[in-house]
Amino acid sequence: MTARQQHALLALTHVSRVHGTGATEVRALRDVSFEVAPGELVALMGPSGSGKSTLLHVAGGLDQPTGGSVAVDGTDLSSLGQAERARLRRTTIGYVFQDFNLIPALTAEENVALPGELHGLRSGEAREAARAALAELGVADLADRFPDDLSGGQQQRVAIARAVAGERRLILADEPTGALDTSTGEQILRLLRERCDAGAAGVLVTHEARHAAWADRVVFLRDGVVVDEADAGLTGLAGMTGAR
Amino acid sequence: MSVKQALLALLEQGPKYGYQLRTEFEERTGSTWPLNIGQVYTTLSRLERDGLVVAGGDDGEGHVVYRTTEAGRAEVDAWFGSPVPRDQPPPRDELAIKLAIAISSPDVDVEYVIQQQRTATMRALQEHTRLKRSGRAARPEAPEDLAWSLVLDALVFEAEAEIRWLDHCEARLARLATTGGGTHS
Repeated sequence: MTARQQHALLALTHVSRVHGTGATEVRALRDVSFEVAPGELVALMGPSGSGKSTLLHVAGGLDQPTGGSVAVDGTDLSSLGQAERARLRRTTIGYVFQDFNLIPALTAEENVALPGELHGLRSGEAREAARAALAELGVADLADRFPDDLSGGQQQRVAIARAVAGERRLILADEPTGALDTSTGEQILRLLRERCDAGAAGVLVTHEARHAAWADRVVFLRDGVVVDEADAGLTGLAGMTGAR
Repeated sequence: MSVKQALLALLEQGPKYGYQLRTEFEERTGSTWPLNIGQVYTTLSRLERDGLVVAGGDDGEGHVVYRTTEAGRAEVDAWFGSPVPRDQPPPRDELAIKLAIAISSPDVDVEYVIQQQRTATMRALQEHTRLKRSGRAARPEAPEDLAWSLVLDALVFEAEAEIRWLDHCEARLARLATTGGGTHS
């Protein structure tokens, strides 16, 4: 595990998150530790209320743990001020949501360029990075279209382009296929997988086993606790001769 | 499994000898259900006995080549033209039986039984998915590659259904536990 710790892009160590106090206390996460290395895609599965979305928010610095620590690319998030944390979120972390969260008044390219511009890139640079990201996701031709003119699958591709533009290396995806049909959902998984194969670290929250299976590791959460993990290791089926 | 009809249907596409039949069967199914060559020849001799194929002599290299007869072609048509029978009662499902017994056994940690199965099935699902996104199933061009890719999809949906059922069992048990009506702790 030491090697992975050294190279982890995301490291959660004994993380707890308690909402409320006394009788209304809810322990959303209890002593959760896990790491994600560059090139790795990890899926989080569990019933609703198991803490998987809280875990994703804590991992991305959108919410803060009440115990334990979260480190992104070696930096402990609690050591950062609010401005620095916001900066890290814009430069290193990309988010993908179930409902895409694109801004309707902006074109696809403007949506993708926005985080870069907020971060202080010159407009030209941000646009260039946006076009590159859209091209990588196979939607360069949609750059000038508005979200309302795009299908769900196209919107999610644009949202993933926004999440990876500017070489952000940690992708956090919360039910990214929830609003999509089966085959479009699978294309989105394929894209996330390709981003991770190209060196990003990914965390995918999903309740669909079929989608979680694209991950290298599947972490099962129950009542805020990690109850088990499935690694893509050898199984009895590994000898199947699908490859020529 | 209907090796007999599958081999017969492959023969209808053109005369073949035993090894060719095995290769073509495994190309389409990714060796998910490996055939041994002895099984292929046993099946061929039964098909010949039943008048569904004839041994059509030598291919010039010493292989005995088989072809379908009129009756064989009718058998293939009947196979494609009718559904696969769903056995009544269904084949024994060890997992369903195990859980059914576990739930009524006071000393068994049912949650553990469910979780260890979910992890094992998830590993199999990850493996099917890995095969789906690599090799010839990832970009099927020839019909036999598409066939293998669809066989993998069948395995994926089967594993997914099992995990969904396990999730469902767990949710039902949790609900029972909170309403206090269960035998489960």
